[in-house]
Amino acid sequence: MDVITFDHVGFRYPDSPEPVLKNIDIAFSGGSFTAVLGHNGSGKSTMAKLCNAILTPTEGAVRVKGMDTRDDNSLLSVRRTVGMVFQNPDNQIVASVVEDDVAFAPENLGVEPSEIRRRVDNALRRVGMYEFRLHAPHLLSGGQKQRIAIAGVLAMQPEILVLDEPTAMLDPYGRREVLATVEELRAETGMTVLLITHHMDECINADRVVVISDGEIALDGTPADVFSRVETMRDLGLDVPATTDCAKPGRMCRCPRCR
Amino acid sequence: MLKDITLGQYFPGDTPVHRLDPRTKLVCVILYFIALFTANGPCSVGLVFLTLAFAVGISRIRPGALVKGMKPLLFIVIFTAILNLFFTEGEVLFRWWIFRVTDQGVYRTVLMVLRIFLLVSSTFLLTYTTSPLQLTDGMERLLAPLKKVRFPVHELSMMMSIALRFIPTLIEETDKIMSAQKARGADFDTGGLAKRAKALLPILVPLFVSAFRRADELATAMECRCYHGGEGRTRMKTLKMGVGDYLTLLLYCLVVAGAIVLVRLGL
Repeated sequence: MDVITFDHVGFRYPDSPEPVLKNIDIAFSGGSFTAVLGHNGSGKSTMAKLCNAILTPTEGAVRVKGMDTRDDNSLLSVRRTVGMVFQNPDNQIVASVVEDDVAFAPENLGVEPSEIRRRVDNALRRVGMYEFRLHAPHLLSGGQKQRIAIAGVLAMQPEILVLDEPTAMLDPYGRREVLATVEELRAETGMTVLLITHHMDECINADRVVVISDGEIALDGTPADVFSRVETMRDLGLDVPATTDCAKPGRMCRCPRCR
Repeated sequence: MLKDITLGQYFPGDTPVHRLDPRTKLVCVILYFIALFTANGPCSVGLVFLTLAFAVGISRIRPGALVKGMKPLLFIVIFTAILNLFFTEGEVLFRWWIFRVTDQGVYRTVLMVLRIFLLVSSTFLLTYTTSPLQLTDGMERLLAPLKKVRFPVHELSMMMSIALRFIPTLIEETDKIMSAQKARGADFDTGGLAKRAKALLPILVPLFVSAFRRADELATAMECRCYHGGEGRTRMKTLKMGVGDYLTLLLYCLVVAGAIVLVRLGL
């Protein structure tokens, strides 16, 4: 079943003449892991923000489990269903103690204190940060902070997790840490994941790769599918991972190892 | 270097004073102020002094830390002392040039200095034993009745706790910007006051720009986590008043009553 559907969605920021997204028509099915790929300014972050009504489409409609994101009455249930993690770990942590930060979302939703405690402990164990629950967030590493941010979203018990370039500000170690956490989460809970990124190698484990270019869907398919279209990808200004470049059948590879 | 700055320093601990509900501590400080300003005889001031000494003793805060807290106020203390010492009427003890010291003057000086010391120390005891977060929480709960007259209690406490959360982040950023500007040849340490103030501009501008960007992103992240104001919000850590809290409140009420009685008796 489709959990998020974009129905001929167009989006234009109020102060710009050019639309950021044009006629996006796509659906994400429950339990899937989709990577959305695109270079800077392609509109991929805007697409993420449309998923939980931080932005609402100027054309067409976005539906989350049948709820229209433009409907103010369903605003909270949309946001509770679609959890969102952003790029900068520092700017999404609200409280001075890790566990208080994770408790922020359920507190907003008016959950019972004992239930909040349970959810916070669960979420922190899920991301492997339970031992750090009493630490101050600013003393943690980037990867750890980002895992806290994921826990903070998990405490809402969302069905869909949207990650908007979660690794862009992390060092390679932090990147691996965050991606492994997302992988584990998916394996354990079967959560729908939408990973917005510009790192090709983060897409390899996805079920589906969607390439956005200039506000339009340029390619859509399995990773093997998308990465085998080396020429199209190059034209879009994206470099395919070196391994798939080599693996392309019937093609003289120019990479140093094959030469 | 900048990292060493702490605000409203808090010494973590696990003493009965640390464990008190922040609301109790806030109310006790107010009661203590009342007692302190009622007291004006040797006995009543003694009572107030002993109360604080007792509280400090239980909290295991070093008295030295409280005395240290007085340093920034040294000027005010000396100023008050001089005013009281030389300009109070009474029986003259001795005279020197245009100055004269009276018995009343000496008495009032000691009283005022002691009062300032107790006033400052009692607030320091509060911030030393209560984490800033607990304090904002306690304040939010104590001021809750003001919501009825549309006073933005929840918003204020939210702003305070977010400010506290971002102080270390912004300090770190200031450090980074300073290093970056130094690497480009900026000079923060020489020249007169005007030149130094001017040198701070290349730090402040990027700091402000980034602070605004952070604020914007944080607001979005908060919305994503269903923040919609204080209405219908619950808390994970609910504040609970225990027997100890009520006993402490009772004790401080007795101190206030005691101070009033002693003053009435002229002691």
